[in-house]
Amino acid sequence: MSSARTRLVEFPATILAAVLNVLDAPMRAMQRVLGVPRIGWMFVAPNLAILGVFTFLPIVINFYFAFTGGVALYPSERPFTGLENLRTLFDCENFLDPSTCNKDLFWRAIYNTAEFALLQVGLMILFALVTALVLNRKILGRGFFRGVFFYPVLLSPVVVALIWKWVLQREGVLNAFLMGAGSSPVGWLSDASWAFFWCIFVSIWAHMGFYTLILLAGLQAIPADLYEAAAMDGATPWRRFYRITLPLLMPNLIVVLVLGLIRAVQIFDEVFVLTGGGPGSATTFIVQFIYQTGFAEAIHQYGLAAAASLVLAASLLVLTLAQLRLTRRNLAGRTGRDNA
Amino acid sequence: MPSLTTLLTATRGRNRLDWTDWLSYAYLLLGLILMFGPVLWLVLSSFKSAAALNEFPPRLLPYGQRSVTVAGQDNPLPLYRAKLADGTMRELAEVRRIGIQSTLVDPKAPDQEFKVNIRDRAPVREFQVAFGNYTEIFEKFSFGTYLWNSVFITVVATLITLLFNAMAAFALSKYRFRGRDAVFLIIISTLMIPPTIILVPNFLVVSELGLLNSLWGVIWPAVATPTGVFLLRQYMLTIPDELIEAARMDHASEWRIFWRIILPLSAPALAVLAIFSVMWRWNDFLWPLIVLSRTEKFTLQLALNAFQGELTTQWHYLLAMTVITLLPITFVFSFLQRHITTGIAASGVK
Amino acid sequence: MASLELKQVIKRFGDATVIHGVDLQVRDGEFVVFVGPSGCGKSTLLRMIAGLESVSEGDLLIDGKRVNDISAAQRGLAMVFQSYALYPHMTVYQNLAFGLENLKTPRAEIETKVQAAAKLLRLDALLERRPMQLSGGQRQRVAIGRAIVRNPTIFLFDEPLSNLDAELRVQMRSEISALHHRIGTTMIYVTHDQVEAMTMADRIVVLRGGRVEQIGTPLDLYNRPANRFVAGFIGSPQMNFLGASAAARGAGLAVTLDSAKREADAALPFERATGATDRVRLGIRPEHIVLGAHSGPSLAVRATIERVEQLGAESFLYCLLEGGERLTVHSPGQVAHSSGDVIDVSLPVAATHVFEDADDERALVRR
Repeated sequence: MSSARTRLVEFPATILAAVLNVLDAPMRAMQRVLGVPRIGWMFVAPNLAILGVFTFLPIVINFYFAFTGGVALYPSERPFTGLENLRTLFDCENFLDPSTCNKDLFWRAIYNTAEFALLQVGLMILFALVTALVLNRKILGRGFFRGVFFYPVLLSPVVVALIWKWVLQREGVLNAFLMGAGSSPVGWLSDASWAFFWCIFVSIWAHMGFYTLILLAGLQAIPADLYEAAAMDGATPWRRFYRITLPLLMPNLIVVLVLGLIRAVQIFDEVFVLTGGGPGSATTFIVQFIYQTGFAEAIHQYGLAAAASLVLAASLLVLTLAQLRLTRRNLAGRTGRDNA
Repeated sequence: MPSLTTLLTATRGRNRLDWTDWLSYAYLLLGLILMFGPVLWLVLSSFKSAAALNEFPPRLLPYGQRSVTVAGQDNPLPLYRAKLADGTMRELAEVRRIGIQSTLVDPKAPDQEFKVNIRDRAPVREFQVAFGNYTEIFEKFSFGTYLWNSVFITVVATLITLLFNAMAAFALSKYRFRGRDAVFLIIISTLMIPPTIILVPNFLVVSELGLLNSLWGVIWPAVATPTGVFLLRQYMLTIPDELIEAARMDHASEWRIFWRIILPLSAPALAVLAIFSVMWRWNDFLWPLIVLSRTEKFTLQLALNAFQGELTTQWHYLLAMTVITLLPITFVFSFLQRHITTGIAASGVK
Repeated sequence: MASLELKQVIKRFGDATVIHGVDLQVRDGEFVVFVGPSGCGKSTLLRMIAGLESVSEGDLLIDGKRVNDISAAQRGLAMVFQSYALYPHMTVYQNLAFGLENLKTPRAEIETKVQAAAKLLRLDALLERRPMQLSGGQRQRVAIGRAIVRNPTIFLFDEPLSNLDAELRVQMRSEISALHHRIGTTMIYVTHDQVEAMTMADRIVVLRGGRVEQIGTPLDLYNRPANRFVAGFIGSPQMNFLGASAAARGAGLAVTLDSAKREADAALPFERATGATDRVRLGIRPEHIVLGAHSGPSLAVRATIERVEQLGAESFLYCLLEGGERLTVHSPGQVAHSSGDVIDVSLPVAATHVFEDADDERALVRR
């Protein structure tokens, strides 16, 4: 090793050694006090502390915010209002028509989110499955193509949104292609339906690769001789897919479906940058509502935002429980544990 | 060693490609164009000058108008190919333009002026890469500050994440203390609590801790990742207990065991977590958006978002900033692509 | 039930040829076993018959019809895989019914056939279980049942018993043989175990390196091996091979063993048409060697016993000959000898085989 490189390695190594030595003494002392088994608490303490302060404590405080009113941030300055915030949110003449609601943006956001989640996840799983099936074949450059579909997953949502915003501009390359083909340019992001479409498209583009990999792993776990046996049993390729691949892939599909839904319901980053929630409120989703209500408007309505968070949390809880139930049932079905 | 043709035609047991293979390759090609195309377009566009970007329909490669220095002029003048009154086409430099009339001179003989209608002249183009886009963002927009903020948060958060998660994973995998399983369950249960549902109270907590508008306000809430603890614990379970017992016999303190034995042996899992953590922190958006409201504290992601409102007419800067923002991840990706894809697949199928 | 014919079948993987021109005719209802060491191509050959591998060159005919280009699903054959390949997410009933469903058989008929196959293989109590809940032997039977239920023209078995323990293997062997007697379908069975081959086959195909070494009935292969490889492969313990030189004498062969100092008394009744050198190998099975003197014409050899294994009903003597060659003797009953003894043994001429010491190691024809 050249002297320059040695110094480069030595420098952080000496820092590490220094840290180690500094902490060694107090940790030894702790060890003497607590004894070896209980020193485990010391190791897990920092992580627990962070979780406690930034996850569990906030969960509790969230309820407090949801049940109090006023504009102060500090809890003691907030008057108790009970279910008032929730009542405001749910104040609707006709639940199916957001414009009859007190907080119409909230309801618009709910419906947008539901529509988005169902469409995006459905389409994305479909594409992920097709891609996984294609990647599972014996093709040249399989590893390369796996990476191709996975690359957008690594990009930050802001970058993803900007990449597509640049393409979808009025004077962007997509319109240029359209004009070259003889049509007229379209205001992709200024039209409500198109903006919604592109939110779905961009979201699929950015996340599909991750789910493709999970499904691909599931496909590769199916032993090859099952397909051979099915071929000997006279099964056509379609029947092999339908009776062997699909049932054996079902656990992965369920996982992917629920993970996808959980993520889709919380969509914010890329949509916020791509459309800002517009045009109007066409692409405003629930997390943006929370953000806007609690932080972006002139008056921060913490109580309302917290109440909306509770609604979101409830739906996520439902999804997670559904996943647990579905996985357990599917697993039991596969091993016949239900039959004695 | 089979020949290339054999490799190419190695398909479904038959020695020809059948239609499903053609379809597969076509699909993959389409996927390639769709996945990489927009990114490449972004990168290409980022090297175009503002004027080139204003062109519609856009050209593929960066082109700019040639300019030429002319005696008697301080700045270089743009070069045009103009049709003169007598019908000849000449390459001339434009001195000034008033309304629809352009005044052009021959760069080699600048005394003689030609007056030409602007419709009778077309810019002379050449391949021009606007490197200025990349340098000017640092001069004009404190881009360096944003870059530093992102790097600081990412590096520091990753280091702390690795340390805290490794410590917790060590405790949960190698120690037997009362309440250990409960702790593990608690940590895993936080996987079900995404940050989006506790934005408001977290804001209060961070505010009370005096961490608003501080980079540490972004770092501290993010370091206790349950995924990280899970990942590391799985790996540490495979480290033989005998190593730890031998070290204890050697009078090593538990802390020393952690540092000198467990951490080095967990290097592969630590590397995977490091990659994840870098990705998560670099790409963080919503929480920094809430916590950091002063522009000098913005991360790259926040800066991009802020500028795309103000700078919609200055895409050439915005594009350059975007490219810089996606560079680190791209480097990590190209070097570690295989590890990342296999790691994700393995951990995804829990 | 159907006949099978392979005509100069060749299989290449890229530039490597793994099956070099195999010719074979299997009669309707025969039980043929492909046997050979690992890598000899027996599984590849079976998979080509099944349609799971393509045929590079040559013809594959089932009942006289060329099936090279017909897909596996449409050949009407059934295969029992080494790993059983049972569908883990289906019950035993569904596993058995799957093939029939693919043929769009009506439900009532499926029920009858599945029940019949289940009864035949003693699976009727297990129909609602899943493969994960079955023992190795039970899974094996389900795999066979899945094949039976479709009434295939030919049954293919790919080392089905390798994953079972020894005792189960013996039991399943006789079950499969009994099955063949009962339903009489043509069966092609691949194994590396020559005992399985000998006990189950009507005819055996011995393969090595992608080539057919010999085809014949079990006793044919035992009594008249065509070359040294087949002679050494069939029979346990392995045949003894002793170096010797041979010269024509009258109507036979005068053979001098390397380990016996003098020429044999009488000429051995073997034909030697060609022969670059006078070197040959003499083969004699351990069970044919006689301790002491033998009444008929034989070769006498003196051996030093290295080790004796006495199993009560039989004994094995592992000996060293002068000149360093080894000799294994298999004697019925118990023997009085022990390690270190020097004994005289006789190699009856009637039980000897002579092989060329050249590349093909062909057996010399007995007159």
